[in-house]
Amino acid sequence: MSQGQNGAELRLVTPGMAIGPSAGKRIGSGAVAQNEEIIATKLGWAREINDTVSVDPINSSYIPRSGDLVVATVAEVRNNLWFMDINGAFQGLLPMSLAPWKVEFGAARQHMGIGDAALARVQEVDECHNVVLTMKGVGLRRIKQGSLLTIPVNHIDRIKGKDNLTLERLKNSSDCRIIIGQNGKVWVDGDAEGIAWARKAIQIAQDHGHKNTFDAEISAHEKNAPNRGDV
Amino acid sequence: MGGYGDVQLLREDGLRLDGRKLDEMRPVTIEAGILPAADGSAIVTHGLNVAVAAVYGPMEAHPRKIQRQDRAVIDVRYNMAPFSTSDRIRPGFNRRSREISKVTAESLESVVLVERFPRSKIRVEIEILAAEAGTRCAGITAASVALADAGIPMRDMIVGVASGKVEDTVVLDLDKAEDNYGQADLPVGILPNTGEIAFLQMDGDLSPEEYNLAMEYNFKAASEIHEIMVDALKRRYDGGGN
Repeated sequence: MSQGQNGAELRLVTPGMAIGPSAGKRIGSGAVAQNEEIIATKLGWAREINDTVSVDPINSSYIPRSGDLVVATVAEVRNNLWFMDINGAFQGLLPMSLAPWKVEFGAARQHMGIGDAALARVQEVDECHNVVLTMKGVGLRRIKQGSLLTIPVNHIDRIKGKDNLTLERLKNSSDCRIIIGQNGKVWVDGDAEGIAWARKAIQIAQDHGHKNTFDAEISAHEKNAPNRGDV
Repeated sequence: MGGYGDVQLLREDGLRLDGRKLDEMRPVTIEAGILPAADGSAIVTHGLNVAVAAVYGPMEAHPRKIQRQDRAVIDVRYNMAPFSTSDRIRPGFNRRSREISKVTAESLESVVLVERFPRSKIRVEIEILAAEAGTRCAGITAASVALADAGIPMRDMIVGVASGKVEDTVVLDLDKAEDNYGQADLPVGILPNTGEIAFLQMDGDLSPEEYNLAMEYNFKAASEIHEIMVDALKRRYDGGGN
């Protein structure tokens, strides 16, 4: 049994496990009401905030939502659009009308080829999970340098920390630009030493992101940071 | 005495050939998250059976003709390794593996919240590394733990257990000799929290009383195995909590 940030007890639950009576409670994500009881549908930590009972999953896949910032890689190119791998169940579609360049029909390949990465935003997701991406917007661009890393989607909030404080610490310590896509892809850009340090920090998030020792692990890693003066 | 010829399956003292009581199952161990490349995985040893399950997805369902606009499809592939039995098994799909893949997929579809992932596919690979009767049960238990490990939403997990009849006596969890020379086999998939049955097959004949006793044994064993499944998942994420 662990303690949450507000001191409340957290309980690891498995699918099908009863969390408690559903009377007077609202059902959050990762749980369903069944026979007047709240049942966990995912493996994770049961949590109750403001009478809403939910399960923070230990493992989950990326479900795109409109407005998400994602780090995407080109999976397929057609004459007038790109199919982008967004680390989800379905590829995202980037039409040339939503690219930041003026693209002639048939010239899509000249701007981005298979394997190229880009910062994009989810423009639209329909009920059939068709995802349309856009690269029109501030900061959205093709990524030409740096390193792409992956973290579990459910650890994104953990590595960002409250008010992005943990992420800011990582940026300062590594002296790198770090952009975390909502799809669990992380772009790190800086010198080789900084990228190597950030890579190790991401590995810590992967291994310990679900544990209450995560903050201590990150703090210990910061002692080896390339830019320790700013810490 | 029933079954084939005069094979003795119960001892004079009422115990079974391997020394188990009638309602005693073989030792079960489960470990979750054993395959780093899979989204979720588990290994189950049940007696001498060894089953490994790996879950991938949800992913876009291909070919497109298998897509369902309102739900995910669960694609199960059950396979016995050529070295899993004393006689080498010819590699590849056969009638038996096709049947077990189908019943496993249908049982898993009854617990996985497939409506959350329209047009998707959840791929479940079950590989039997060693076989000693009861591989479909070990496989479905492993698949359940692997699905939970992959974070796939489910309303319950499924526990695979089997009972049967040897020498006119109902016994829990048949071993190889009992399976080969016994009179009946009753594998079931049980949802331990609700007590529902996700799949049930019967090979041989049981009277209503024998069936009830076999199911009683199965529910008791399912409860024990479920505790081991939960423990395996908790062990994997030991020290968690934010």
